[in-house]
Amino acid sequence: MKSAPLLRAAGDTGGGPSGYRSIAELAAKTGLWVLTAVLSVLFTLLLFAYVIRMSEGDWRSLAVPWQLWMNTGVLILGSIALQHAATIARRPRPDGLNASLLIGGVCGLAFLAGQLWAWERLNALNHTIAANPANSFFYLLTGLHGVHVIGGLVALAWGVTLVRRYPGALRSRLCVALCARYWHFLLAVWLVLFGALLWITPEIARNLCGVS
Amino acid sequence: MYANLSPLHEPRSFLTKYVWCQDHKVIAIQYSLTAIAVGVIGVVLSNLMRLQLGFPGRFAFIDANHYYQFVTMHGMIMVIYLLTALFLGGFGNYLIPLMIGARDMVFPYLNMMSYWVYQLAVWVLIASFFVPGGPTGAGWTLYPPQAILPGTPGVEWGIVLMLVSLAIFIVATTMGGLNYVTTVLQARTEGMTLMRMPLTVWGIFVATILALLAFPALLVSAIMMLLDRLLQTSFFMPSVVSMGAQLQHNGGSPLLFQHLFWFFGHPEVYIVALPAFGIVSDLISVHARKSIFGYRNMVWAIVAIGGLSLVVWAHHMYVAGMNPYFGFFFATTTLIIAVPTAIKVYNWLLTLWRGDLHLTVPMLFAIGFISTFVIGGLTGLFLGNVSVDIPLSNTYFVVAHFHMVMGVSPILVVFGGLYHWYPKITGRMLNDGLGKFHFWVTFVGTYAIYFPMHYLGVLGMPRRYYAYDNYQFIPASAQTLNAAITVVAILVGLAQLVFLFNLAWSLFKGRRAGANPWRAASLEWQTPDTPPVHGNWGATLPIVYRGAYAYSVPGAAQDFVPQNAPPDAAFDEPGDIRQSVKGTQT
Repeated sequence: MKSAPLLRAAGDTGGGPSGYRSIAELAAKTGLWVLTAVLSVLFTLLLFAYVIRMSEGDWRSLAVPWQLWMNTGVLILGSIALQHAATIARRPRPDGLNASLLIGGVCGLAFLAGQLWAWERLNALNHTIAANPANSFFYLLTGLHGVHVIGGLVALAWGVTLVRRYPGALRSRLCVALCARYWHFLLAVWLVLFGALLWITPEIARNLCGVS
Repeated sequence: MYANLSPLHEPRSFLTKYVWCQDHKVIAIQYSLTAIAVGVIGVVLSNLMRLQLGFPGRFAFIDANHYYQFVTMHGMIMVIYLLTALFLGGFGNYLIPLMIGARDMVFPYLNMMSYWVYQLAVWVLIASFFVPGGPTGAGWTLYPPQAILPGTPGVEWGIVLMLVSLAIFIVATTMGGLNYVTTVLQARTEGMTLMRMPLTVWGIFVATILALLAFPALLVSAIMMLLDRLLQTSFFMPSVVSMGAQLQHNGGSPLLFQHLFWFFGHPEVYIVALPAFGIVSDLISVHARKSIFGYRNMVWAIVAIGGLSLVVWAHHMYVAGMNPYFGFFFATTTLIIAVPTAIKVYNWLLTLWRGDLHLTVPMLFAIGFISTFVIGGLTGLFLGNVSVDIPLSNTYFVVAHFHMVMGVSPILVVFGGLYHWYPKITGRMLNDGLGKFHFWVTFVGTYAIYFPMHYLGVLGMPRRYYAYDNYQFIPASAQTLNAAITVVAILVGLAQLVFLFNLAWSLFKGRRAGANPWRAASLEWQTPDTPPVHGNWGATLPIVYRGAYAYSVPGAAQDFVPQNAPPDAAFDEPGDIRQSVKGTQT
């Protein structure tokens, strides 16, 4: 955070183009950090609620549908594609940028479709949202994560528009880089959620909550 | 640095200047006017409640259901839609860029969206008055299971709209909050180090961080309760027999809701209080013509209070039953908060001590705040202890406590702040006589309303009750006291009309203020135009040379030195200027 005042001290107060760029870039990056902090709190609280509820005696665990493994893979692919796009975007001649962005977007859509498929299978097996607490939490956690993926796709669509309209411009590069960063964050959140769904057992939950 | 940015959202038409406007000052005014409008509804609701309490059964239209709806909506409106929105969206938006020397917020479009999403939340809230069954009457804490069980007013639509409105509000706050935090971190002008920021900015900054960390808890609980209500899940709903029928719910934990709610709810107190602390510090320093006492301590106290406020939430839940060690922990953290808070109170008093006090209207409100805040804070020490809290928790003692400390105190600061910055916002002064009338009625009225409530609470008079028939332990005189409270509450409510009149009248007829009527040193008073125009600073951004509290500086040409006055221009005699300015900072 110290770099902002330093940049200004370097004499950009009059509105030189470099000053504007640096500040806008720093602001956008800082803004995304703040957003990821907020979302981290949101998902952490949900996980706390999940563990606290699981620690009570009547928990009936839900078998995680196999589709989630596939979706995890797709999300990792999307993250790689977008990281690649962010790297290419920094080059003077960003060849293959559109293809990387497209792969990232398709992966995002495929992830959502895969999650819906998992929901549909669970519903078909009568594991509805209201059937028991484990189900409710499963739908809530995956659903909220999905909503944030949709938000990421909207941002990505905006990034693609910028890249097409202003190829090579700073704001296009910045938008792609930030999309990639947000995607990594969503991947990290998903890995934590998926890990929690897979491996946290009522026994662990009771130990965490100090319930005998 | 933002000279290039500002033309991006230069207002070009009536619509982009006053409606879809991205200028932080216009957004601030939009936020404030909307918040004040819902605040008026909140005041009316409280007066309706008081009519029933003061004169039970006299007003036929206030039945038990309506009473609970008034209680609920009054609480929710005042805490969230008025105070939070006004301090962060109103004061935060207006003051942050001006006080740190920026041209605007760093994300102006997001800022505009924040306001319109907030307005949508308000409309959804208002809509709940008009749906079948009316608004929810679950109490502002919306505790399950009763919040969504038949028998509670508004269980059909009211509770749904309430939860949806809260979720929308949280989206709006997050959009705004991202802006305020990032702007403070990244858009300060040259020389504006963090430790030179006015305390108002510090208060709003830390409060915003708290809001960003705490509101997700409310969002989570709102979503989970919505699912319980609409899809019959059982996050918070235990197995319940309601009206003779076994409901579908099974195995939910109402206590989990309380934890989530208060993980938001307690920081919420400080989301409202910290901006108030900051603003009061600035008002006192300006109107006492004295540097704020212990600036660094004040900053660290704000930060410490913000941190501690995240680990005290369960003191709202002593009566819910908990492990004694748990209670001990939360009682301890709660009492520790008194330390940084006391530092702030001492520093305010030491700033006033031997200051050149100008009892202007903003100063009256600031001093009034110290008084109500100390009284309300002291009863907080009582209630922070488990063994004292348990007998008092469900009585009027608690109503008196939190209205003194987080109801009236921040509102007094809101008024003080509005009287103080109105000249910058409009270019005209608010009428002084009307302002003093408004202050004295509100301040004295506050004590007349809430002091007796402490007594009623100690008598054991339960809060939240619609009527008090056949309670042998409540003496008849309590009713007389209640009637008196009601009369004063209505008078204080009416006095607020004088304030609204003053706001409107002074806009056209008020005395012209000039650029800096209070002779204040902080940056917002040094703008080239009053009211500041789009972009705030003309061709070049200000450069900051010192903190915001250089008042009565020895050797200076006038009794204050603006933050952006170059050292050579500010002093008659050359010398070790840094030293002399620094000397007034302690």
